Amino acid sequence: MRLAWLLVLGVYATATAEPRSGLEYSSAEIRKLQASDAENPGMLWIDLGAKVFAEQCASCHASMKGVAARYPRRVNGKAVNLEAMIRHRTPFAYESDELLGLTAYVAHESRGLPIGVHLDHRDVEPGREEYFRRRGQMNLACQHCHDGNPGRKLGAETLSEGQPNGYPAYRLEWQKVGSLERRLRACMFGLHAELPAYGSELLLELELYLAWRGRGLPIETPAVRR
Amino acid sequence: MRLAALILALPLLAHAGDAAKGREIAMSGGDANCLLCHAIPGAARPAGNIGPPLSGIGSRASAEELRARIADASRFNPATIMPPYGRTDDLYQVAPQYRGRPLLLPEEIDDVVSFLLTLK
Repeated sequence: MRLAWLLVLGVYATATAEPRSGLEYSSAEIRKLQASDAENPGMLWIDLGAKVFAEQCASCHASMKGVAARYPRRVNGKAVNLEAMIRHRTPFAYESDELLGLTAYVAHESRGLPIGVHLDHRDVEPGREEYFRRRGQMNLACQHCHDGNPGRKLGAETLSEGQPNGYPAYRLEWQKVGSLERRLRACMFGLHAELPAYGSELLLELELYLAWRGRGLPIETPAVRR
Repeated sequence: MRLAALILALPLLAHAGDAAKGREIAMSGGDANCLLCHAIPGAARPAGNIGPPLSGIGSRASAEELRARIADASRFNPATIMPPYGRTDDLYQVAPQYRGRPLLLPEEIDDVVSFLLTLK
């Protein structure tokens, strides 16, 4: 009975706590890298994206300011992220520098704007279900690490809330910019779970739920992460 | 007489874990990386703190209990974050290369149990 009340309290605390960006769980070195555009290695991809945008998109699109803050979103019943929108026009390969550059450039044009505030909780039910579903040989759901355990140590690493507001982000582990889909696949890999394909419903629905879950967090692209 | 004793002891020998091997499994960065979540006395790498420290666990739990908890901690707590090291059924979307295989074989779990029992 006491346990039940603790559970209720825990769920309530999780549900009402303000979301915290991965930046807050990062080391001083990483925060310093992200704080300076001159030092942030992710800015190379923004520059590349700006170039591709000028060459291939600018004839129709004047400005991308504010656009990324309205993604991911549900379009005709389907979860859609920035990458899907860009690939709908020009099918750049997933994780190619062109697609990462364009996505990061568009996100960067909304830097500081809040994510997820355009979403209604009814938009994110399928993703929420996946977030709480145990999967893989490790039999863990996203929730097990990223709700209730952020701030705790997984070996030498600090668990974060798994917030999406920095992506595409420069990860030291990758030595390059990568998409949120790549980051989600890295978690699935760690769980010894089936790897969902880029552009798959599972990844896009998860992105939609994550944007709602982190609603209000400012876009940081290009964030620097471990 | 000696033969009879040996025969009687066989089942015990067959299930007796090797504490040194168990220590290696628990401390190494393999699939059963106990250190990722639990502090372990004598560890050479940084330990996690998602699960309780294992210092003194050998005084707090029996071999049977440890074996059962490692094999499937969800039997004790359905909401547990601890992976089921000995289970292969009732799992969802396991990557093809891991299907039908537990994270640890039964004899490996016995090794880990023997190591944990040394942590008095």
